[in-house]
Amino acid sequence: MTKKHSILDREGLKPAAANGLFDRRAFFKGGAALATAMTGYTIGNSAAAQQLVDDPWSRGIGNRVQAYGTPSRFESGVARILSNPNAEPRTQHGRTPHHLINGTFTPNGLHFVISHTGNPDIDPSAHKLVIHGLVERPLVFTLDALARYPMVSRMTFLECGGNSAALWSPEPLQNTAQEIHGLVSCAEYTGVLLSTLLEETGIDPRAKWFIAEGADASALHRSVPLHKALDDAMIALYQNGERIMPGNGYPMRLLLPGWEGNMNVKWLRRIELTDEPALGFYEARTYTPILPDGSAYSYYFLQEVKSFITHPSPGLALSGAGLYEISGVAYSANGRIARVMVSADGGQSWAEAALQDPVLPKAFTRFRAPWRWDGGPAVLQSRAWDEAGNVQPTRAELISRRGEASRVPRSPFAFPSQHYNGPTSWRVGEDGEVTNVYA
Amino acid sequence: MSMRSTQRLATLVVLASAAFAASAQGPGLGIPIREADVAAWDITVFPSGANLPSGRGTAAEGAVIYAQQCAACHGVNGEGGLAAPVVGGDPLTNGIDTPKRIKNFWASATTLFDFTRRQMPLYTPRTLTDDQVYALTAYLLAINDIIDEDTVMNAETLMQVQMPNRNGFKPRFPAMMP
Repeated sequence: MTKKHSILDREGLKPAAANGLFDRRAFFKGGAALATAMTGYTIGNSAAAQQLVDDPWSRGIGNRVQAYGTPSRFESGVARILSNPNAEPRTQHGRTPHHLINGTFTPNGLHFVISHTGNPDIDPSAHKLVIHGLVERPLVFTLDALARYPMVSRMTFLECGGNSAALWSPEPLQNTAQEIHGLVSCAEYTGVLLSTLLEETGIDPRAKWFIAEGADASALHRSVPLHKALDDAMIALYQNGERIMPGNGYPMRLLLPGWEGNMNVKWLRRIELTDEPALGFYEARTYTPILPDGSAYSYYFLQEVKSFITHPSPGLALSGAGLYEISGVAYSANGRIARVMVSADGGQSWAEAALQDPVLPKAFTRFRAPWRWDGGPAVLQSRAWDEAGNVQPTRAELISRRGEASRVPRSPFAFPSQHYNGPTSWRVGEDGEVTNVYA
Repeated sequence: MSMRSTQRLATLVVLASAAFAASAQGPGLGIPIREADVAAWDITVFPSGANLPSGRGTAAEGAVIYAQQCAACHGVNGEGGLAAPVVGGDPLTNGIDTPKRIKNFWASATTLFDFTRRQMPLYTPRTLTDDQVYALTAYLLAINDIIDEDTVMNAETLMQVQMPNRNGFKPRFPAMMP
């Protein structure tokens, strides 16, 4: 796979790994010649620009300003993809279009949503949060009351325990990063720390867990160790600066940074402190991956270190040989991302990717690596390490521990198992099309 | 979990006990409520049997309710349809994607009672009486050969049910378990 490129010498770039990967600093130091080549997913190099004209939109007054802004009409394809668009009587998923956005924050309208029984239409003036059970005094908090409490803001990723489940398939499914990885997003949340409210209710020393429950039709409930409440659990009221949207838990949700998405109970109305977990449906039956020996994991609290490449990826065909930026997101429940390595030859050789500042704990970190595609076959992979020393497993390592599905799932939206944090391998064909492979 | 967390918990308990009315951090705007007034929301049934309501039901009674309220989605004989089957289940060693059923997977009969009372029927949750939920629980356990058809389900007998896969689980992160 290793090839020498005379262009490297001409542009003064240091190769960092085989098949066209450069040192991660190349884009920062490489100058304008590199920058002009970076946008090309749909545009090829052309010999000369055409004569410039004064376009119609420049020659008259534009559209009125909207009270609540919406994207350009040319961006209408940048939307969540829905698993159940007609709201048939089963769970509905909406997945984030990772290949069509960039940076680290997910816009609220594109944040992933899973609703098991629809989104309740909650009147915030009537909504109440009760904290009771093994407390010294049970208390009810209104939204108006919570507005008076000291708040904190933090960025955090939120990932469904079933995200990336398509990669448990014994054969690679041909789907986009959105379809495969769209059940993870990242946002800034603002709200009141749960520990602040527990200071007011007091805690009975017998309490070991709290049960969080929503005001939706399913009254969805999950059991959370009390130590998480005293660490960084938040009653989140705002997401990316505005009130949390109905699909994400309006007017308040539990936020457990880094922990399994389903535990971050939406439409939160009740917290009960207890000395035992509830063993509810979702923790007893749904988010309990079966292992090859027939046993099953329970209490899979953490979304472990993981990364995937968003650019390029299926649906973003390369438009000819030349320089591209490989980029993607990395995240871990165990703190900050420490390092991301990128391969262009299916994991045989690796180059260290640049990490976009700021690198925040339990949040998306955007990684970038300059790459010259020579027009031949390439297999792109990323692998992340977190500051606690955890490393994203290879697919072989993960499969050896966890097994893989016994049959090809009927859809990328099916959940043959949960908690896949292995790598994703995108093959770039000679036609520039990107496909999902196992490597 | 860790020693540090335990110490923090202890510290918080002490702080909360010493000055609960005048929180150091918050304005103290929580409105006191009696546990009795939480009752309408306090529906969680625990694996120890805590919070199981009074009431009773049999599989025969449950069969009637099932036909009226459940069969349209879960199948006349529990074989599934729009919703998952509620009878049977393959060995979990068949694969990590083996469909999880009451018989081959669910660890506790309290989960079955809680889920049925909490979330079923899908479009009219929490309309079943406790007697009806006991009856449906009896029916579902009986058609899966987990209890005899004539076993009455109530708060006492439910706790005697031995689910086949009750020992099939291990916590993913034992050190994080309280």
